[in-house]
Amino acid sequence: MEEKRHILSLLVENEFGSLSRIAGLFSARGYNIHCLNVAPTNDESISRMTLVTFCNEQKIQKLMRLLEKLVDVVNVKDLTGETHIEREMLLMKIKCNKKQRNELKRLTDIFRARIIDVSDTTYTIELTGVAEKILAFINSLGNIKIIEMVRSGTLGISRGAESLQSKG
Amino acid sequence: MKLSGSEIIIECLKKEGVEYIFGYPGGAVLHIYDALFANKKIKHILVRHEQGATHAADGYARACGKPGIVLVTSGPGITNCVTGLATAHMDSIPMIVISGQVSRAYVGSDAFQEADATGITRPVTKHNFLVDTRESIPEVFKKAFMIATTGRPGPVLIDVPKDLTDPKIKIPFEYPKKIKLRSYKPIKSDNKNKITEAAKLICDASKPMIYTGGGVILGKAHNQLKTLVKKLKFPITNTLMGLGGYPGSDENFLGMLGMHGTYEANMAMHECDVLLAIGARFDDRVTGDTTKFCPSAKIIHIDVDPSSISKIIEVDLSLVGQTSKVLNDLNKAIDLKKKNIKVNKIKKWWNQINKWRQKKCLNYKKSNKIIKPQLVIEKLYELTKGDAYITSDVGQHQMWAAQYYKFDKPNRWINSGGLGTMGFGLPAAMGVQFAHPKSSVICITGEASILMCIQELSTCLQYRLPLKIVNLNNRYMGMVRQWQEFFYEGRYAMSYMDALPDFAKLASSFGHEGITIEKPDDLEPMMKSALSKKDKLVFIDVITDQAENVYPMIQSGKGHHEMHLSPTGSDTELA
Repeated sequence: MEEKRHILSLLVENEFGSLSRIAGLFSARGYNIHCLNVAPTNDESISRMTLVTFCNEQKIQKLMRLLEKLVDVVNVKDLTGETHIEREMLLMKIKCNKKQRNELKRLTDIFRARIIDVSDTTYTIELTGVAEKILAFINSLGNIKIIEMVRSGTLGISRGAESLQSKG
Repeated sequence: MKLSGSEIIIECLKKEGVEYIFGYPGGAVLHIYDALFANKKIKHILVRHEQGATHAADGYARACGKPGIVLVTSGPGITNCVTGLATAHMDSIPMIVISGQVSRAYVGSDAFQEADATGITRPVTKHNFLVDTRESIPEVFKKAFMIATTGRPGPVLIDVPKDLTDPKIKIPFEYPKKIKLRSYKPIKSDNKNKITEAAKLICDASKPMIYTGGGVILGKAHNQLKTLVKKLKFPITNTLMGLGGYPGSDENFLGMLGMHGTYEANMAMHECDVLLAIGARFDDRVTGDTTKFCPSAKIIHIDVDPSSISKIIEVDLSLVGQTSKVLNDLNKAIDLKKKNIKVNKIKKWWNQINKWRQKKCLNYKKSNKIIKPQLVIEKLYELTKGDAYITSDVGQHQMWAAQYYKFDKPNRWINSGGLGTMGFGLPAAMGVQFAHPKSSVICITGEASILMCIQELSTCLQYRLPLKIVNLNNRYMGMVRQWQEFFYEGRYAMSYMDALPDFAKLASSFGHEGITIEKPDDLEPMMKSALSKKDKLVFIDVITDQAENVYPMIQSGKGHHEMHLSPTGSDTELA
């Protein structure tokens, strides 16, 4: 069976050890975590997690059932199965001398990125978009030296009125 | 009412109706032990090693259905519980382990006897808690008991930092009557239309087979199962964990299935056209090669745990829910008084099964010189009239016990099926004896397994537990030796038990009676006399045939129809 990219959205109890329980399930059952994001929500007792993994249909079904079984998991949804919006944020520090500044400014404009910090020798750039756009930007840098970069990992939400509820 | 954290813990346990705690004191739980000392209701059983405490609590839970309770200290106290937790977790046994933790101010500082208890036990518990405030203790206990005992049961750990149990700080106590956990849905069932569909599949089967596991026993569904089987007159097999879920001496029962299952059970699995799996999890020791599993069957799976469905074998129809409830619904749907409900005639199928039965796959070569291990179990079955509580360790003796002792009632066969924990049998038997003080409790073990928790003989004396230990002593790790004979050309690497103790003397040094049986003629009278001693523990060391193997056997990578039968039985060929 074909391996596909799945974006899982989870609502989890904001409790000690929740993240470790979920990460532990992935390693114990032999699933990879491509990227993972955890942050608080409007309900302070709940954290939302977005997680990307690659696996086939049969394995994703099993994974969903195992995640649902975890006592700390309030709700879980595979966003890939429905229309959804996904975004990722990139923060990147690159080497930039005076000669390169114009070229870099043009490039950031093309990608609708923003230069958020400048030093004598560097630019720090912020870019938001789907994962492909982030990759395209990185690839377009050519010979420009990346000093460091950090990506948020994919964030996802359903389109329209659909939502992930904290039932109960 | 104002109570200290320690007193609150004891009160919580009382509210949950706890009778026994199996435990071992230490620095981090001394406040709790002090509060326990003052109480009159809960009895504390002092084991000799924390692993023993977990197995005893586990045995207690398996025998009476109530959760087993363990109390241990921090650090080595809790790390010694890991095997017991994993054992209970694999077999879905309700258990609460309360472990002490260093005071909150020291957590994370590598303090004396500090271990990350929740971190270490996370993969081997259904859930675990690190208590962080005194006020949350009642809520945590209520949640822990609910999680341990509902849905698919399992062990829960509660880690309590020592400062929270300080006797000087008292707070108001109230035990919550009800608790809701939004993230915990123990049973999700949506079977409405599926019950009719399942009933139809079952009624139309021409070669049906029922395969049931521990879920029938845990879900207390044995009566509903019996009703169904008697009504349908279908053949039924049990997994190792499911023995006793259906009467072992009944004519519809084909014996255990799987790696060491009977010829008839495994062949019927291979040939059936409809398989009804109930509270069983398609373990690899049951399925053999999954690509050859039940090749022509439509499979219906009843289980309380949705994550068990199609985990290993893709099933055609799943019914998620408490096994007793789903079987009730199924029994109602298959109402033979209704005109439109008719069960297919399966006489041909039974003729075929009876032919398989004639292989008599459990026959073994008798001897008047050396004691055959199978004979010991057969005699034990006769002498106890099949009515004892039997615990076992892990290995050949476990398989022989499962094959030759017929369990007619649930909760009588207590063994570590999933994890396969050597050392389980003796402490588990202690727990069983506490659950059923007047019943006959027998631990069937081997000389290798028994040495893994032998220290518990001391606990048995302290509480005057009149267990009988039947040690099938072949001076080998029998199952390891068997595999080395079959798959490693007889290179018996490290499987010979050299320098064994004299078990009879060992037992007597612990204050018990010990006997050694060496001749087949002595077996029955000596065992009978030992079993008649109702007030003391007797260690029955039986010197058995060193070369005996467990048959039938499905080697790994083979299917149910590719069993190895006993060369001394009726058929020496591969089936």
